[in-house]
Amino acid sequence: MARKQSRFGVSRRSFVGGAGALSVGLAGFPAILGAQAKAVKVGLIHPVTGFVAYNGQQSRLGATMAIEDVNKAGGVKSMGGAKLEALLGDSQSKVEVGVSEVEKMNEAGASAFIGCFQSPVGIAATQAAAKYNTPFLIDVGASDQLVRRGLKNVFRLKPGFGKCVDDGIAALGAINKGAGSPAKSAVIVHESGEFGTGTAKLLAGKLPSIGIEAKELIPHDNPTRSFDNIALRIRSMAPDIVMMSNYGNEYMLLARTLFQQKVELKGMFSVLGGGFNYKFVKDMPDVSQFMMDTNHWFNPRSEASQALKKRVEAGGALFTFEVYLSYTNVMLLADALERAQSADKEKLIAALAASTFKAELMPYGPTKFVDGQNEGGLPAVMQSLKGEIEVISPEQFASAKAVFPRPKFT
Amino acid sequence: MSRRAMLWCAAGLLVAILYPLLFGGPSLIARSNYAINVAFLILFAAFLGQSWNIAGGYAGQTSFGHVVFFGTGAYVSTILHVSHGWNPWLAWPVAIASGGLVGAIIGVLSFRAGLRGSYFALITLAFAEVFRIVANSIPQTRGGLGILIKADQRPENFQFRDPMWFYYLALVLCVIGLAIAWWLTRSRFGARLAAIRENEDAAMALGIDVFREKVRVLALSGAMCAAGGTVYAQKYLYLDPSIAFGVEKSVEMLLVSMIGGAGTIFGPLIGSGVLHLVGEITRDLGNVVPGIKNAQPLALIVYGLILVVIVAYLPDGLTGLLRRRR
Amino acid sequence: MSADIVFAGVVNGLMAGGVYVLVAVGLTLIYGVLHIINFAHGSLLMLAMYAVYFLFRKPLGLDPYAALPLVTAGAFAFGYLLYRGVIGRFAHGKDENILLITLGLSIVADNAALFFFTGDTQTIDVSYAGRFLQLGPALIPLPKLVSFLASLLICALLGLWMAFTDTGKAIRAVAKERQGARLVGIDVENIFAIAYGIGIACLGAAACLLMPFFYVSPSSGHAFVLIAFTTVVLGGMGSFAGALIGGLLIGIVESLGGLRFGEQLGQIAIPLVFILVLLLRPTGLFGGR
Repeated sequence: MARKQSRFGVSRRSFVGGAGALSVGLAGFPAILGAQAKAVKVGLIHPVTGFVAYNGQQSRLGATMAIEDVNKAGGVKSMGGAKLEALLGDSQSKVEVGVSEVEKMNEAGASAFIGCFQSPVGIAATQAAAKYNTPFLIDVGASDQLVRRGLKNVFRLKPGFGKCVDDGIAALGAINKGAGSPAKSAVIVHESGEFGTGTAKLLAGKLPSIGIEAKELIPHDNPTRSFDNIALRIRSMAPDIVMMSNYGNEYMLLARTLFQQKVELKGMFSVLGGGFNYKFVKDMPDVSQFMMDTNHWFNPRSEASQALKKRVEAGGALFTFEVYLSYTNVMLLADALERAQSADKEKLIAALAASTFKAELMPYGPTKFVDGQNEGGLPAVMQSLKGEIEVISPEQFASAKAVFPRPKFT
Repeated sequence: MSRRAMLWCAAGLLVAILYPLLFGGPSLIARSNYAINVAFLILFAAFLGQSWNIAGGYAGQTSFGHVVFFGTGAYVSTILHVSHGWNPWLAWPVAIASGGLVGAIIGVLSFRAGLRGSYFALITLAFAEVFRIVANSIPQTRGGLGILIKADQRPENFQFRDPMWFYYLALVLCVIGLAIAWWLTRSRFGARLAAIRENEDAAMALGIDVFREKVRVLALSGAMCAAGGTVYAQKYLYLDPSIAFGVEKSVEMLLVSMIGGAGTIFGPLIGSGVLHLVGEITRDLGNVVPGIKNAQPLALIVYGLILVVIVAYLPDGLTGLLRRRR
Repeated sequence: MSADIVFAGVVNGLMAGGVYVLVAVGLTLIYGVLHIINFAHGSLLMLAMYAVYFLFRKPLGLDPYAALPLVTAGAFAFGYLLYRGVIGRFAHGKDENILLITLGLSIVADNAALFFFTGDTQTIDVSYAGRFLQLGPALIPLPKLVSFLASLLICALLGLWMAFTDTGKAIRAVAKERQGARLVGIDVENIFAIAYGIGIACLGAAACLLMPFFYVSPSSGHAFVLIAFTTVVLGGMGSFAGALIGGLLIGIVESLGGLRFGEQLGQIAIPLVFILVLLLRPTGLFGGR
């Protein structure tokens, strides 16, 4: 067949053409700015497109704002005022794309990475970075499989879901006790992926320790079209508390369904509730009223965090946890660079491992990394009251007292 | 094969073999793991696409759920390795065989019922969904938690520190895929498949056991695809139901073949090369366009438009274009 | 499961089914007439839902039900032009190509939405969203009841229109026998565009009915696509009655499956139904080819 010749000719052409295009692509990226001291390149890998695009974009926002702030304040002074330079990457929520970005940014000279929102992407990307011994800061990523794998280059400032569950349970136990222990049973609704399943299992295991029985775990898919049936089952089981661990849309839909069906509960308590944020509380004040969430939150008593909140809101964005977590991680990195006095990877990792960085924006204890996990990281417990989000625990950061049990529907 | 064609082939293969030495290892040019990684992705997607092409292009059985084989292979080898201590190299043939088995089962069920065309395509989609939901629900796969393969980067563990080896592995698989496709153009089996593709009823009238051939080709296709699943799991060391059975992979396999030219030997390779390069360049675009707060989606918009344009003006895929030029 | 729960489950399923029906009707029409699997269906639904959202926001403040005629007409026009301008023009008649084009369109639509509207999820809060009809142990939210009834109505009207108007008859003719229709002087390309337009118009209506109790984000349309496909296959490709009965049946099966086997595993009922129908009765309940 005459076709064959052209087919084979194409293959050679495609390789050469491909290699040509590739080198063009590599040469064109990224734009390098001249500076007195050599810039420190920070690779930012977040899912800015796809299902969780909003979260990825918020992470990127926080990180880029922080980099700007560091540069405005004079850069890394111990390195002669070297500026930080952001390398922007989109993981597209895919593991292989995240890894590809790591490789690409490594070529571009990244001295550190910050990412990745989704734990599977984070797991693979940190592993890829480990090959080059490049420090990788996990700004958002709940799975405890991210740390404690024996990778020296991974650092997670925020607490993992194990810690969030522990603290959430403790807080719930205290709140329940303080009200005379009206709550004895709970139903846990969770998304069926890694984050939801992991959190739910941990919760179910720990609830008995505060005298609450986990009646049932209800997993659901992402996305879920309707929570009517879950609401039906909850109504028939009549638990005292409904606990949730899922992403924003489902969190909101479930809350709205339960509210509209006037399901009587003593309270709704979520751990890492994906939808508990300002938008939810402002858009649906009635639905969100009295809901409690254990999550990453900023320290409301810190002036720096209030100032940053105003800035972010002035720019038209919401002050969600992705923003201040990635902001704080950039600051952590900048602090480590100062102490390491260089962007050399070994020195930087050592500086991070020994870091006692004060996370101004966050309600954390002193920073101490053990096996990559910051032991000082703490979640906060919040409650939506009168259209506002108040911190109800830990006490030293609290801005209001918890309302529990919630009043009945009348 | 004509001598000229063989020379082109050999030249292409030589370039491919030498490629990492340009970019990796004891390198002449600066080491670029990124370039190797992209090349890995291109060859790997070409191989997976070829597995789709065997059934969809050559035999005319378009499937939308090919990821079912990929995920099967990935999970079988991973579960054997992580939960039962098997060496992944030994688990690999088992994974390949299970892909073939799943292909045969789906084939028997679907073709017994006489499903063709869009009906067949949609049922494969449904099978992939079933597998995804099952994977999310049974303890063996750890459901939504996924399975983490412990990083122990030694070759005997089917893990490589240097991505160059994964590249070579993908190259080998890709070449095997090309060889299988080439074999189809030469063999009686392939001829029978072509007859089935052109006109199934006529093929039956010619005495071809259409049912048997279709089941066979789906089994072959499934086995190939499953082989890729294991490789993916061993490279990225993490597997969960949406990675293993998500619909995006099915679409990618279908896309590379159709864009490159379904039913041709090099179609999937060409399609994969083009799509990946377009993807890399457009993703870069998203970071470089100034003044736009959120330029990333623009990159994907461009990608989608390019897809439409390629389909609009090159209905036989890219090989069609080159056929016309010659 | 107690009888109460089963009853409530069936009712919930019917209400959910009402939405599936409307999404499926468009799909079945498009498939039946044009023989294309419209990959862009989910994305177009999402765009229609954004339209409803923006119409609801100040300063327009248009109630989604009041907006229904407007959104439906707009969706028809959009679908018609999309077919005429892009799909019909570039497909060269090959089925696989149309598939790829609709796929490309869905990528463009999803990311255009992401770019212009950002990734934020948007909801609308209509005043009557909290009202209920209590039917024994079942609680039916008012918007879902409305959506159920409206779906049935729209289906019925569409069916009548297809049966008794000239255009409707032309569409059915083209669906049955393309060449023959051409031979008797029907402008087949125009009919294709009209059929595609009607399919998208159904999405417009579905969007108005969905927004009061769902949400919109750039990726929210996809939640309904596989189930719409299942409905179409179950009911029979190209059959309206099939889409109607199929949608309601699927809704009930999904609901009872979820209650019995858990929400996660219960979802398996949908692709399983899909597979079983294709294996045992590929023409579906009412399909006739």
